[in-house]
Amino acid sequence: MFRSMTHFVKSFTLFELFKGLGITGKYLFKRKVTIQYPEQKTPMSPRFRGHHALRRYPNGQERCIACKLCEAVCPALAIDIEMEERPDGTRRTTKYDIDFFKCIYCGFCEEACPVDAIVETHIFEYHFEERGKNVITKEELLAFGDKHEAEIAKRKAADAPYK
Amino acid sequence: MDTLTTFLNSFLPEGLSAFIVIMLKIVAILLPLILAVAYTTFAERKVIGYMQSRMGPNRVGPKGWLQPIADTVKLMFKEIITPTKASKIVFFIAPMLALAPALAVWSVIPFWDGGVLANVNAGLLLILAVNSLDVFGIILAGWASNSKYAILSSLRVGAQVVSYEIAMGFALVGVLMVSGSLNLTEIVQAQGGGMFGWNVFPLCGLFVVFFISGVAETNRAPFDVAEGESEIVAGFHVEYSGMAFALFFLAEYASMILISTLTALLFFGGWLSPFGNLVADIPVLSFILGDGFHWLLLKTMFFLFCYLWFRATFPRYRYDQIMRLGWKILIPVTLVWIFGIGIAIAYGWQPWL
Repeated sequence: MFRSMTHFVKSFTLFELFKGLGITGKYLFKRKVTIQYPEQKTPMSPRFRGHHALRRYPNGQERCIACKLCEAVCPALAIDIEMEERPDGTRRTTKYDIDFFKCIYCGFCEEACPVDAIVETHIFEYHFEERGKNVITKEELLAFGDKHEAEIAKRKAADAPYK
Repeated sequence: MDTLTTFLNSFLPEGLSAFIVIMLKIVAILLPLILAVAYTTFAERKVIGYMQSRMGPNRVGPKGWLQPIADTVKLMFKEIITPTKASKIVFFIAPMLALAPALAVWSVIPFWDGGVLANVNAGLLLILAVNSLDVFGIILAGWASNSKYAILSSLRVGAQVVSYEIAMGFALVGVLMVSGSLNLTEIVQAQGGGMFGWNVFPLCGLFVVFFISGVAETNRAPFDVAEGESEIVAGFHVEYSGMAFALFFLAEYASMILISTLTALLFFGGWLSPFGNLVADIPVLSFILGDGFHWLLLKTMFFLFCYLWFRATFPRYRYDQIMRLGWKILIPVTLVWIFGIGIAIAYGWQPWL
């Protein structure tokens, strides 16, 4: 009896509805969580996995030795490698393609690489303008690595103690 | 206005000059109304965004103020697609039928003492009658689209609007009994003498019923089953695009503003100041705190904000719950309240006078 009375009073004074309005009213003045993206950015881990790059040794020599471990470990079969023996007896790639549409950015290639040649960088803002441009060639990967080498080296060094 | 009439009369026949003056008044009412509609959409996105801890649109123009203009331009340049088997004529008449009554009712709304296009005696009846024509546009749109979602939605709208019209009408009966007039200007004037003369106090239950049924009449959340996204996509306007869709939008928001204005006029003293004659003698304060259009604007804005607030807060009612609320709760409540008011009037106990 008493409970049905309270229920009656509660529903006719719209008690619960006003409670709900109170909550949204409170949130109207709360701090907004939006990040104004191009101007503001969220903090990024040095371990972030974005656009790939092929690195060189400080003397300019390519690191990659065409061991094809990355190709083998790649779960999305995005990497395609062909190799040759150079006149100086070194083993090098002639083709190193990554299909960015297949790639799932898992970072296994980077982990598998014995010479730290293939890395995933912090850069995630990129696009392709034509069909077919999604397959990044060896030259493009090397150029990308050369362009961002300083930043890549810094981030890899920051992450090294935890690997 | 009178100087303009005499000036036009000096070189035009009397009928023509009166016609021109009326046309100018219509423009003076509708232009700000349409601007208000545009900025209500903006305010809606902003307010709901803020209540959800987001920022809402803030990219177009300074702080996003040009967003509604960008939206309008986009809608104007979009192609209007007609479904193949749609009834073409009805399909294009429907949005106009929805918009025309939503704009026509503004002819009898007084904005300040004497600031009204047509000061008719049965203003309130006219509002009820014309406003309920809105639903024809929606039903015809649903039927003419030849889409099962659209027709389902328009059936829902039809049933819902008819149900809530009754509760709304009964709520207005209470207002009529208290103020003894159907003329909106007189209804407002009857609420004079400061805040405690307002109709909300003797009629608080009817005010709640009126506002709830107003929200249901305009098919807004939480009564927006007409556009239940999860079951019928977007409701009666699924098949509409471009400007035809924009007309429905305009009609919906114009009715929202109308219900808010009506609530302010009928229950909250319209343009009357809540302070009454307290500050009549002080020079600057009497202008700001005295009666005037700004009070109506302020009150209307508050109720519009309530619309947005409700939308951000309440989940959508189930269809049978809407019907139950309308027929089994709101209508009996209004009847009991009217009965109480009637008894009070019969025994001469009228504290609101």
